[in-house]
Amino acid sequence: MSPLSLAQKKIIIILLALVVSPAIMGQVPSPEQMWQIIQEQQKAIELLKAKLEETESLASQNSDAVEITANAVEQVTIDINRGPDEFQRTSIGGYGELHYNNLSDDMLDDGDDSLDRTDYHRFVLYFGREFTENIRFFSEFELEHSLAGDGAPGEVELEQAWVEIDLNEAHTARAGLDILPIGIINPTHEPDTFYGVERNKVESEIIPATWWEAGIGMYGELAPGWNYDAVIHTGLSVPTIGSSTLRPRSGRTKVAQADDLGFASTGRIRYTGIPGLEISISGQYQSDITGTADNIDINATLLESHLIWQHHSGFGLRALYARWDYSDDPLLIPDSINAGTLDGWYLEPSYRFNLANSSWGDIGLFARYTQWDERNQIDGAHRFEEFKQMTTGVNWWPHDNVVFKFDVQWEDADGLVDRTLDGINLGLGYQF
Amino acid sequence: MKIKVIIFLHILFWGFISPQLPARGTYQEPQAFLEDVFDGSVPVVSKLWIQNETKQQVRSILGHDLGVLRVSYWREGERTAWILEEIGKSLPITVGIVINANKIEKVKILIFRESRGWEVRYPFYTDQFLNVKLKDKNELDKGIDGISGATLSVRAVNRLAVLSLYFHQLVTQ
Repeated sequence: MSPLSLAQKKIIIILLALVVSPAIMGQVPSPEQMWQIIQEQQKAIELLKAKLEETESLASQNSDAVEITANAVEQVTIDINRGPDEFQRTSIGGYGELHYNNLSDDMLDDGDDSLDRTDYHRFVLYFGREFTENIRFFSEFELEHSLAGDGAPGEVELEQAWVEIDLNEAHTARAGLDILPIGIINPTHEPDTFYGVERNKVESEIIPATWWEAGIGMYGELAPGWNYDAVIHTGLSVPTIGSSTLRPRSGRTKVAQADDLGFASTGRIRYTGIPGLEISISGQYQSDITGTADNIDINATLLESHLIWQHHSGFGLRALYARWDYSDDPLLIPDSINAGTLDGWYLEPSYRFNLANSSWGDIGLFARYTQWDERNQIDGAHRFEEFKQMTTGVNWWPHDNVVFKFDVQWEDADGLVDRTLDGINLGLGYQF
Repeated sequence: MKIKVIIFLHILFWGFISPQLPARGTYQEPQAFLEDVFDGSVPVVSKLWIQNETKQQVRSILGHDLGVLRVSYWREGERTAWILEEIGKSLPITVGIVINANKIEKVKILIFRESRGWEVRYPFYTDQFLNVKLKDKNELDKGIDGISGATLSVRAVNRLAVLSLYFHQLVTQ
């Protein structure tokens, strides 16, 4: 706003003088004096109106300038936050788990397999890239047990490496090395997403998570809340001799120079149309689960179904059942080692709550009863027996993606087995 | 093998002829959302400056800064409409939210960009927010059930619901 000019100031002073002086002199102004006063007042009013208009115009200009400046600053901020296009389209993530197991072996006849172990079990990195809006790549790279190499306990593994293309807005095709759509832990195994330090035995022994194969498939949405997956992929190659004969977990080749595999197909239907609830069923068929290089031809089917319920009150429930059925071969009859059908199930109620509405995060309490078939690990007398395990414990999430875990387990088995482990487990996990 | 091929072809066939339900994409343009909300007479846009105490509260609600100096909103009496974005897993979800007398009147997913978690766009999830308001410490006064497999998208939408209620209080007090 520009200051008043000298001429403008003079007019105002004269006006004030004309008004004030008669009052000071105690005289009533004459009509001529009143007319002069009115004229001067009118001039002052016009001056003030002009000044007001000028002020409003400047205010409007300032407002526009502020708007333009704010827009520019916001755009710069957005550009800085997003970064170059290269960074925008590339993602990095990962998860990790540190475990401590202190478990006592109840079956000492065949040696003491007790554990007192500290282990950085998994260190995983994700790398992803969006080539276009509709074509993307994702990978999962893992180091197990801290140290890999000759004589070291760990492994370096490629668990996922796939490319997917959106066929339309509801269906996507995917090819590469991918985790199979079976179970709860198998597709979602970051440590902050499940209770208990160790993954449950049904999913690790029967399914057997984490299970990935090379293949091509599709996934998408059939109707609101109804989702599907369908994939054709390489199969397991389970041993046919030794103490791991027909053990599903021992059949994972991890797509590492995997020779002579039979092909398999897996399908899943998943319903999530009720908030808090997931119901899923998966089925798989393998034409030759022992691989094609030998003379043994055993077909196998896997059926898995589960329910996940998580209520906003904090109560949760997981229930899962999985089952393999093997066909017979004259050279190897699965029933002879109690492996004609290998199945397992578990039930896991839980309750998660915030720590007294504080910023200390959430606590979750859980109990899990598990029953599953597993090898007895007795040399020379290999067969599958039914195991049972009761586990109870607590998770603490100081942040949604960071978890501390403690649990106690009691294990038992029917028949003669090499080990059953009772004790405690401690764990730390994160994902980002 | 023949049976497997037949099943696979069925999935392809039924998947493509089923009503096209876009999992990702633009479900409604922001301007069209506003015209729906205000029956065609969209008020002049207003701006809420994000600074000082407001900035701190935003950080508390979202876990990060909003990244903008001001937020646009449209107001008609005791109703305000907000179009906000929050990242789910790696890409932003654009959400339209209407607040009326300090309660949520409507939540609509406008644009969903990610390849998973699209279930949050359905009424079976968004209808949970109807008539929800804020209680102490910027929390919703009603629990919202999530969608299995869409955890990050659910968290993003929940945060935006809290944020819009907080903003509404600021501009109408």
